[in-house]
Amino acid sequence: MSDFDPGRWKPAPFLPEADARDGALTFVVATLCFLACLTALTVLATDRAARGWSDQLTGQATVIVRPKGAETPDSAAARAAEALSGVPGVGEVRALEKEKAQALVAPWLGDAADLDDLPVPRLVAVELDRKAPATAQALDRALKAQGLDAVVDDHSVWLKDIQHAAGFARWIGIGVFTLIAAAAGAVVAFATRAGLTARHEVVEVLHLAGAEDDFIARLFQVRFARMAAIAGLFGATGAAIMGAILRLMGGGQGLTPVLPVAWTDLLAVLPCPVAAGLVAAVAARLTAQGLIAKMT
Amino acid sequence: MSRQPHAQGALDADRAILAFDDVSMRYGRGPETLKDLSFSLAPGSFHFLTGASGAGKSSLLKLIYLAAKPSKGLMHLFGQDVSAIPVKEQPMLRRRIGVVFQEFRLLDHMTAFDNTALPLRIAGRKPDSYRQDVAELLAWVGLRSRMHAMPATLAGGEKQRLAIARAVVNRPDILLADEPTGNVDHEMGLRILRLFVELNRLGTTVLIATHDQDLVARSGKPVLHLEDGRLTALGPVGGAA
Repeated sequence: MSDFDPGRWKPAPFLPEADARDGALTFVVATLCFLACLTALTVLATDRAARGWSDQLTGQATVIVRPKGAETPDSAAARAAEALSGVPGVGEVRALEKEKAQALVAPWLGDAADLDDLPVPRLVAVELDRKAPATAQALDRALKAQGLDAVVDDHSVWLKDIQHAAGFARWIGIGVFTLIAAAAGAVVAFATRAGLTARHEVVEVLHLAGAEDDFIARLFQVRFARMAAIAGLFGATGAAIMGAILRLMGGGQGLTPVLPVAWTDLLAVLPCPVAAGLVAAVAARLTAQGLIAKMT
Repeated sequence: MSRQPHAQGALDADRAILAFDDVSMRYGRGPETLKDLSFSLAPGSFHFLTGASGAGKSSLLKLIYLAAKPSKGLMHLFGQDVSAIPVKEQPMLRRRIGVVFQEFRLLDHMTAFDNTALPLRIAGRKPDSYRQDVAELLAWVGLRSRMHAMPATLAGGEKQRLAIARAVVNRPDILLADEPTGNVDHEMGLRILRLFVELNRLGTTVLIATHDQDLVARSGKPVLHLEDGRLTALGPVGGAA
């Protein structure tokens, strides 16, 4: 006699739980999710870096002062600083010492040159009011009014390049992210097709037992959505750990000032499991419905 | 070519559980597998479907359990014109049909109990409403001690009895069997036949496709005989056989 008690019976899942392909598929989807999350983190860090550089450049200007006649470079730089400090929209003005100016050109001239013999221009660093910065023209007018031979560099050329590069990097990141999401969807669709083909007889039996197409498609949809969500969790966790390592390695600025990862950036990986599950659910549903319709 | 026999005093499509009127069938663009079939089965009848391999027995059963469509003619099932039934409503119709296959088609990842309960779960029944029924049905087919067994551990005869239990658990109006004794020994074949006869006594219409002439002869039930897709012999119809 059997010791089976129908009263304690729990229904088995409609589809077999384990499949040899599931492990490989989970790994592939987890890897794609990891890459997608890493791409998202990179885009965020790139965007932050670009904004940081822009902020720095828009808040500063450099003035190159060349002495005229018998005036000493130090005197010309001091006069330029005084002239600029009165311009509206200018904060702190500081004339760089001779040594600092020479130190800036030293790498290009080498040890052989005697910098004291060269007419190295003096630099004046100007901190601008960030809310209402003075324009380069206003600074130029103030210098000319004092009869100074000076060139104002408000970094606008660099600023455009940086903004252009940051925008380009952002779009590349979005493109790569979309490509990876599409690849994940295609992999899941392919796996669904393979899973349905391998379980052709299960599908037939369910059909004969009176199951509706939607019911069977939903079984596969839930199976692959759950698998992709778990894979997404693995991938997102991996990417978050990688982001945290970059943040810790780089101290306050992330890995480098070039790619500053913030702790809040790590939140970007949170939607990954849900997004992976949704992509898988849609791909599995469409694939399963199409295949079941052909089977019957 | 001989003219196909039509049922003498054939039932109206409305009264018959199954009625074919000049039905043909083909797979894709291939030749006709079934040709101009006309017959009807009364509720509660018992018929054998015989014919050589390739004669079209399985194709005829496929038409009946709605896995294929006629390419020509009119087919009525439970009084409804099959061609007029929307695809969405076909699963409800399939729940009134039990099917048993030679190769059993059991789900290997489910126990005997789970396999039997499958149609009831799909129909949305609560487990508490059918646990006892399923256990009693398995006992009736002689699998009382094998309820928790996986199909892979069952013998051929046990698998076929399990497949029968699954096919009838929903109390279908018609039971179709495609070579149900093909994979079991003679003694088990007779045991399975007795199950079909008992089910028929309970009111289920039974149609069994088989090669087994001995089984047919022993049963004394009427026969539908197919040759090259045509019906060439038809036993008495119009009431319970």
